[in-house]
Amino acid sequence: MALSVDITKRLGKFFLNVSFETEGCIMGILGKSGCGKSMTLKCIAGIEKPDTGRIVLDGKVFFDSEKHINLTPQKRSVGYLFQNYALFPGMTVEENIAVTMKGSKAERAEQVRKELERFGLSGLEKQYPGELSGGQAQRVALARMLVTKPSIILLDEPFSALDASLKEKLQEDLFRMMSEYGGEVIMVTHDRNEVYKFCPSLMVINEGHTVITGNTRDIFKDPCYCDAAVITGCKNISAARRIDDHTVEAVDWHMKLHTAVKAEEDIRYVGIRAMNIEEVGDGSLENTIPVRLHDSMQTQFDIMVYCESRDDPGVILTRRTAKYTDEFIPVEEPKFWHMPPESLLLLK
Amino acid sequence: MSEIIANINWSPLWISLKTGVVSTAVAFFLGLFIARFVMYRSQRTKWILDGIFTLPLVLPPTVAGFLLLLLFSLKRPLGIFLDTTFDFRFVQTWAGCVLAAIVIAFPLMYRNTRSAFEQVDVTMIYAARTLGLSERKTFWKVILPIAAPGVASGTVLAFARALGEYGATVMLAGNILGKTRTVSTAIAAETASGNYTVAGFWVVVIICLSFLIIVAINVITGRGMKQIRRWK
Repeated sequence: MALSVDITKRLGKFFLNVSFETEGCIMGILGKSGCGKSMTLKCIAGIEKPDTGRIVLDGKVFFDSEKHINLTPQKRSVGYLFQNYALFPGMTVEENIAVTMKGSKAERAEQVRKELERFGLSGLEKQYPGELSGGQAQRVALARMLVTKPSIILLDEPFSALDASLKEKLQEDLFRMMSEYGGEVIMVTHDRNEVYKFCPSLMVINEGHTVITGNTRDIFKDPCYCDAAVITGCKNISAARRIDDHTVEAVDWHMKLHTAVKAEEDIRYVGIRAMNIEEVGDGSLENTIPVRLHDSMQTQFDIMVYCESRDDPGVILTRRTAKYTDEFIPVEEPKFWHMPPESLLLLK
Repeated sequence: MSEIIANINWSPLWISLKTGVVSTAVAFFLGLFIARFVMYRSQRTKWILDGIFTLPLVLPPTVAGFLLLLLFSLKRPLGIFLDTTFDFRFVQTWAGCVLAAIVIAFPLMYRNTRSAFEQVDVTMIYAARTLGLSERKTFWKVILPIAAPGVASGTVLAFARALGEYGATVMLAGNILGKTRTVSTAIAAETASGNYTVAGFWVVVIICLSFLIIVAINVITGRGMKQIRRWK
């Protein structure tokens, strides 16, 4: 059970070049808008044709530019959940679900009834897609797709069209259904929390190129590449120069940093997540930078503090503290920020 | 007045109606399939094809009639061929009325259908394909229902145009009472010979008829369009 993709496609100035393999679980594709995430899914589904490369699912060749194989979407049996769900507007909920069903009228009606029940859509059979809520529309689209027994499921930003209040419940529902389905699932998103929660493996892409693929937790722990660090949410990144095995110079921050992991020759950047910066009273410690308060922002769950370096006001660092509160906490003027050697990310 | 009505030869009305219905039916399917064909072409091919298919709408109908005559005249190869092998003629026949009406009405059907197709969200088509629906099923069950309002208005306009066709019809089919005289040619002929009452009678008939048909089509097509919201 695996999908292997290695394709290139040129679209004007944009060049898509991705390659990855899935491992029979939910795989996330994380990247900014317009980085080629959806295009990758469309190539797998056969909606778009890559210029070169190969796409193979469980030994079945979907696309091979050298052998001139390009199966039609109909022959690939891919389940594609579109961002806007793409329900057929002139058909009722039951007609949408039954659109691919075969057999006698009674058989189809029975199957539709079962699906409606399974997806908690009973009572909505005569409604039109325009009359459904976002969550209902998503369930109809899922039901319609799962009826076809797809060999792989592609989810294109499945939660971007939903209200935040509905999102969590729907995320749970969707991932329960995906685990019941048991096959290969690929989810495209720009939301790193979604990926972290639901996708055991991950590919990060940036401007059409695969940055890194692997185990999601490993990538968040050590993104290896500057682009991957940014996309996985690292707020503080500086250009860096290696000095010795455990020392790098953070060029933008005008400081030397001691690192816990060995600094390889090809290190170009150093970064630290906002959560990992510590506030300390004096500057005698290693990896410490004198700072001045620049700005702060508070949500119910955390406080973000933005400070500029006292040595160079152009340097802005971000520190985040998780704290649940419904009161406003005034931020005290910090003096020194410490970057623990074990929290530093060494990046290429 | 009653005397005039009693003496009226009703054949132009039936010929007009027959011509309108038959030519609209042909233009309907022709417009549908050609619009579909054009939607699959690249942008550049589309521009060229679009120009060709819209030409009859822009040209004076007499030009279309002249060209048809040039093609199907009994002195020209194609006309001779059809006459000798199939014993079939377009010139001075009812078939000529229909052909002229098709040529003139087709662009209206085609253009309205094509712009309705262009408004269809392509993700609907993609979704249908990934669900495994064949291209044919995708077209009839997914695309056409979404494009239905535009297709319906194209049909209405094509019918209205076919019913009122004059220029190309006169050139190709002539004006033979009981054979090729339609209401519009009747109005022109009666006016030319000074029979204003008869011409006026036909004018009233055609106004009532056109109005009725358009309302009827709106009612029929309006029923299936629950997704259309009123602007208020």
